[in-house]
Amino acid sequence: MRYLIPLGAFIVLVIFLAIGLKLDPKEVPSPLIDKPAPQFSLPQLHAPDKTFSPEQMKGKVWLLNVWASWCVSCRQEHVYLTEFARTGVVDVVGLNYKDEPEDGKQWLSQLGNPYVLSISDREGSAGLDWGVYGVPETFVIDKKGVIRHKQTGPVDPEVLQTVILPLVQKLNGEAS
Amino acid sequence: MKILLFLLVLFCHSSQAEIKVYDFKDPVLEQRYQGLTEELRCLVCQNQNIADSHAELAQDLRSKVYEMLNQGQSDAQIIEYMTNRYGDFVLYRPPLKSKTMILWLAPLLTVVLGGLGFWAVLRRRDQVQEHLTDAERQRIKDLLDRKSE
Repeated sequence: MRYLIPLGAFIVLVIFLAIGLKLDPKEVPSPLIDKPAPQFSLPQLHAPDKTFSPEQMKGKVWLLNVWASWCVSCRQEHVYLTEFARTGVVDVVGLNYKDEPEDGKQWLSQLGNPYVLSISDREGSAGLDWGVYGVPETFVIDKKGVIRHKQTGPVDPEVLQTVILPLVQKLNGEAS
Repeated sequence: MKILLFLLVLFCHSSQAEIKVYDFKDPVLEQRYQGLTEELRCLVCQNQNIADSHAELAQDLRSKVYEMLNQGQSDAQIIEYMTNRYGDFVLYRPPLKSKTMILWLAPLLTVVLGGLGFWAVLRRRDQVQEHLTDAERQRIKDLLDRKSE
């Protein structure tokens, strides 16, 4: 009995620490989930005289991938993202975040371009509205223009296959 | 050795990037700017507020705070703007909600539990003294008396 209380307290402590180890403090839940995607109108990277705004994608399920040529982990996810986009299962729009358009274009021509189009957000104003804080970030937007999921940090095959793809398929089945 | 130390000090200084200082015509606005940027957390380097952080995101958020203050927006509006985008996590003092209740009550709970434990230990100690038999009491008295002789 004498040892039961300290032992119990120790076990509780171990459980809490174990949970703490599994949590990722870098992952901040976005308040934008299930909210309408913030609107913006910004020039396209490859056609600066044309603009893009999220409203144009209404009626479609699409991904917004925030990337930059200066971002190291964007390189890491780029291969997987390109492969995923090539299957044509969903349109991926790129948001070239706080980048020089020239650098961005060169990066894409070197590594391949998975995007239906990229948007040039030089000042990071759209990024601020979308709550971007750690590039790369990937948003899933449904047919009604509502953000349904956000992945902070690079996507990998596992995330794409077990999280993004099932969600996209589910959202494709929803009415617009 | 001294030269080494000197070099070290020099090095430390050069590694500190500058934080852009904003000019305010109104000292009240400047005060509010200070207060707000100290209350908002930088999401990139999470243990710093945006006033201290050199991260690019912190710079952007500082300039946003500056811009909104000059537009005449209230502190509450600026805080709302930030939490709408980044959630309660940007606030160093999260609001009291059912979700954050444990966060606010945990320190109080710890003090109360600790106090109770302390009280229990003290009480047990008192009880131990009560358990002395008369013979033991006499022995203590004898020992003490012998010492004072």
